[in-house]
This record gives sequence, C-alpha cells and structure tokens, in this order.
Amino acid sequence: MAWSEFFKYVLVMAGVTYLIRMLPLAAIRGKVKSRFVRGFLYYVPYAVLGAMTIPAVFSSTGSLPGAIAGVAVAMVLGWMGKGLLTVAVAACIAAFAAALFLH
Amino acid sequence: MRYWKGFKDGIPIALGYLSVSFAFGIQAVSLGLTPLQAVLISLLNVTSAGQLAGLQLMTVGAGLPEMALTQLTINLRYALMSISLSQKLDDTMTTPHRLLLSFANTDEVFAVASSQKGKVGRAYLYGLTNGPVAGWVLGTALGALAGGLLPDSVTNALGIAIYGMFIAIVLPPARAMREVRVVVLLAVAMSCLITFLPALGFISDGFRIIICAVVASALGAWLLPPPLEEEAEKEAEC
Repeated sequence: MAWSEFFKYVLVMAGVTYLIRMLPLAAIRGKVKSRFVRGFLYYVPYAVLGAMTIPAVFSSTGSLPGAIAGVAVAMVLGWMGKGLLTVAVAACIAAFAAALFLH
Repeated sequence: MRYWKGFKDGIPIALGYLSVSFAFGIQAVSLGLTPLQAVLISLLNVTSAGQLAGLQLMTVGAGLPEMALTQLTINLRYALMSISLSQKLDDTMTTPHRLLLSFANTDEVFAVASSQKGKVGRAYLYGLTNGPVAGWVLGTALGALAGGLLPDSVTNALGIAIYGMFIAIVLPPARAMREVRVVVLLAVAMSCLITFLPALGFISDGFRIIICAVVASALGAWLLPPPLEEEAEKEAEC
C-alpha cells in the first residue's frame, strides 16, 4: 500500500484508539465516592473477561474439539488457582493434542 | 523489584500476543501491506480487534470517518477499562506516566493489573506492559516476514493462549466470591445471547462486550454490592 495513503489511515486508527484509552485515565484522579459506581467498577474487569471469553474462545483455534479441550483444562487448572502462564500453556497443549487426535 | 514482578506477570500476555499478532502479520501482508507497515500498525495501536478491522477498511479504501467510527465502536470498551483502572492507581502515577501507560492499556494488561491486591504503581505497570508490547510488535514482524513457516496446527493451537489466561484470572475470585460468580455468569449468558440470536446479529463485537459488561456490572452493583470495605482495609495496610 502507498505510504501516503497508509499514514492517513494509521494516524486516524492510532489517534482514536489512544484518546479512548488516555482521556479517562488522565482525567479521573480521585476515588469515586458513590458506592454504586465503585461496585460497578469493581465488577467491570470480571464481566469484561467473561463476555470476551465466551463464546469467542470456541472459535479461537480452528478446531471445536481442540477449543473444548483447551477450555476444560484451563477451567480445572484455573479453579485450582494455578498461575496465568501455566494455565495458558496447558490450554494450548490440550488444544493442540485434541485437534491432532480428533481429526 | 516491582518492575520485575510486573514483567513476570506480563510474560503470559506477551506469549499470547506473539501468537495473535503473528496471525495479524500474516494477514496484513496477504492483504497487500509491507512488513514494515504491518509492524507500524501494531506498534501504534496495540489492539487486536481494532487492528484487524482497520486493516480490512484500509485495504478496501474506506473513508477516514468510517475508520474513526469503527475504531471508536470496537475500542470504546477501553474507556470503561481506563475508568476502572483509574481507581487502582497509586501516587506514583503522575500525569506523564498516565499519558504514556494508557497507550498500552490492553484488555489483558487491564485484567492483570485489576487482579492485583491493593493499588498499582508505575514501576509495576511499566514492567507489566513492556513484554506484551514487545511481543505484539515482534509477533507481527515474524508473521509478516515468515508466516508460512509454522504449521497451521501450531498457530491454531496458540490462538487459545489469551483465553486460557482470561480463565485463569477470573476463576480464583469467582470461586472465592459468589457475587463475582453471578456477575461473570450473567455477562457470559448475555454474550452468548447476543452472539447466537439472529435478531441481535447487528451488534458488533466491541459493543457486545460493552453491553454485557455494563449491564452485568450494574446489576451486580445494584443487587449484590461487593465487599468494598474489606478491600479498603487491605489497601490501608499496604
């Protein structure tokens, strides 16, 4: 792609994305007082992760049996409180193995 | 010390990003970008879904307003995350550091930073973000330059890494606290509903996440207020 064209697009993309991330972080300095809002913000990370993971995870590996195996292994290890890297690697290995054997 | 704690926490994110951005690099080159252009997109945006949509728009010659609106829609969830993260930051996070670190506030960085006990400071956050940004850029370069070398079975399996990490973040608090369990299940149920109900098919992935997070968190805060006092006590000890 021509660079002149490319730069216009990238500047718009990167600019919008950065402003969305930066403005709230730069503007909100104090502790939110409202109990409701604090409760809301407390739950946001968990709700975001839940909504991002399911159902998208089941189409993340190109193989449904692979994805199911990966999720199952991740759920067991995660429930046991294993570290992030351990769980992520184990899920990949399970997905790889299941896709290999079930196809 | 805190930097290295953050760096270590960022390693699984970096590994996950390597695989995801690898796929992005392959796709960017296949759609007619040079490897350097693919790397620049990753370096300047550091976001998966937004980049993929942006890539598609620029290769079909879409207008700039359309590009801006698409990025706003897909990435608006970051505003929610930045608002939430603003409540976790300690005094070391002065304005210049906020301006710099907000650049790398990705879904995964936000999730890991949020799961820390008490407040987080700039040393931890630089450690946490350095690896993932490097992994994101490096993976893009590798995918763009050598995408064809890895067998599909391996790159496919790597696609689940990020989600494995998400599961590992959510499950321990969900196991310990019924309130978190309820809110997560609510968000998951809504996410499935929006994804699979044809009538709701017009909702984009970005808005799906926003709607699920806002509704589930608001219902949770209203009906099952979390034990915030305990949290405040823990912070006072730190």
